[in-house]
Amino acid sequence: MTRWLLTIALIAVSAPALAQNTPNPLDPVGVDEVAAEVEGEGLSVTVTDDSAWADLGIAIPAFATDREQTTPANASGTTALGLELSRVVFNDLRNNGLFRPAGPDSLPRPSYGQITAPAWSNWQNRSAEMLVQGYVRAGADGRLTVGCYLYDVALQTELVREGWIVQPDEWRRAAHKCSDLVYSRLSGESPFFDSRIAYIAETGPKDNRIKRLAIMDSDGANHRFITGGQSTALSPRYSPDYTRIAYLSYTDGNPRIYIYDIATESQVLVTQSSNPTFAPRWSPDGRSILYSMAVGGNTDIYMVAASGGTPRRLTDSPGIDVGGSFSPDGSRIVFESDRSGEQQVYVMNADGTGQSRLTFFGGRAGTPEWSPRGDQIAITYIAGNFRIGVMGTDGRGLRLLTDAWHDEAPTWAPNGRIIQFFRTERGNGNTAIYQVDLTGENERRLATPVGASDPAWGPVLP
Amino acid sequence: MNKYLIAATLMGALALAGCKKNVPEVATLPRDIATPTPTPMATPTVRPGPAAGSQPHFVAAMMGAETIYFDTDRFNIDGEDTASLRRQAEYMIQYPNARATVEGHADERGTRDYNLALGERRANSAKNYLVSLGVAENRLRTLSQGEERPAAMGSDEAAWARNRRAVTVMISN
Repeated sequence: MTRWLLTIALIAVSAPALAQNTPNPLDPVGVDEVAAEVEGEGLSVTVTDDSAWADLGIAIPAFATDREQTTPANASGTTALGLELSRVVFNDLRNNGLFRPAGPDSLPRPSYGQITAPAWSNWQNRSAEMLVQGYVRAGADGRLTVGCYLYDVALQTELVREGWIVQPDEWRRAAHKCSDLVYSRLSGESPFFDSRIAYIAETGPKDNRIKRLAIMDSDGANHRFITGGQSTALSPRYSPDYTRIAYLSYTDGNPRIYIYDIATESQVLVTQSSNPTFAPRWSPDGRSILYSMAVGGNTDIYMVAASGGTPRRLTDSPGIDVGGSFSPDGSRIVFESDRSGEQQVYVMNADGTGQSRLTFFGGRAGTPEWSPRGDQIAITYIAGNFRIGVMGTDGRGLRLLTDAWHDEAPTWAPNGRIIQFFRTERGNGNTAIYQVDLTGENERRLATPVGASDPAWGPVLP
Repeated sequence: MNKYLIAATLMGALALAGCKKNVPEVATLPRDIATPTPTPMATPTVRPGPAAGSQPHFVAAMMGAETIYFDTDRFNIDGEDTASLRRQAEYMIQYPNARATVEGHADERGTRDYNLALGERRANSAKNYLVSLGVAENRLRTLSQGEERPAAMGSDEAAWARNRRAVTVMISN
């Protein structure tokens, strides 16, 4: 999967300015403004006022190209692709609450030569503090080279640059890499845009809802249905290397966990058993799968090698022990159990020893998910309504991030700064995926083709 | 439709039921014997109804007793449930070729994985009770539907109460 995504030394290969005249900083550049089109797919619906948040003016004009060329990446050539690339970056950066970017549809379009020699006055006049510029070139082998530059407009200096060579059909990944570069450089956080989400697509009436396994990029693009909907699918989880998805299906009429191989489009049972299995979870190294199995009505948590073999039973309480999420180092598992009489969150060592209860606040707690950073656990908090909360790994310091009738099933962004979950509407039961940052202030609905639930955010793509 | 239900085998089922701990002595017999359902008028010839042991036949015989209901997050069998489960057991004993799936359901006010486990636990509660009444275990299977197949569409306590249920469904032979 990684063979084609190469970080290249821009010092050696970029220098597009060599082919261009030295730009005059006093001249207005890129006057060929493009009429605004759709705002782009992906996240939409700003719930909170971004201006109340730390906002940094970032100008993101259209990426340039050295010469117009056709490319399999789109129908209209590299010039149009440059515009699309910058729109992806713009939509990524405007949707996380840290920045207030201006996108390519409202900005002049720099020439290829200006990518490495910005027309500073142009951007200073627009009150831009930061400037993201880039270019795209189609190579002889069909692959695309995408360069990404971040400039501090006030200081008139370059802060960081990076380039990538991608296959044409993966051009959006280069844009997400650019977003990650800018985001990481300015926020100090780890990247997360170049990642994917598996989820359950929902259609149909409440009593006969069709639930299909589906996948998409972190911004909702490259959407694809995996299953056809003949049987209910639930609770998908990407393997850490994105080659497989563990999920529940009623394919044979019973709830069973399957491991779906994305390349071969085939699937196998995670374990041979006449008992129902559900709630699959990968270990961080991808070698083991945690799952829940009911025997005689009593559900416990088991672990089995992803390649198969004899499962190991980790819990044996007479209550429902279900779900589970590994700490990033794989040594601990947080899970839920109603052994106390109601759903609460527990933790244990990865071999099942040392089980202890974590949550003692009022109300119930379920669906714990350990942050990829290791420092927090996200839960569904149930006290009347269902809300998304985060707490320390000791179960203390619960903070509720959402406040709706029914929010459920948090999943972490790869950098542990954003949480996705799904929200169910009272009455019709319609579902949608939302995301919220750890302040709880920046909450957005993810645009999906149909109803959406059970999001599972994978790591940064390899 | 409603044939003379099951009374014949009742004594056997009751005897078995008495063997199980926690099962209260049964003092009342089904009302059906005293008040048989009127047969449809002007049907001199007996039309063939649903086959004995089929799902339509079972549903007609149960008159609602194919479903039992649970409190929030609970899976215990209460007094009302025992009457329904006895009728189910009587039917299964009268029609020894019948096999059934007990489907467990949860209301929408839960998390999905937990509700799958809860549905399975409820289905097993009902199944175990039927077994205690004399139905052979290998004639019953369980299936958790979690919260995926509600019977009532609303989002209120009345609807949720109807959705927290275990439904016995005949398996067509």
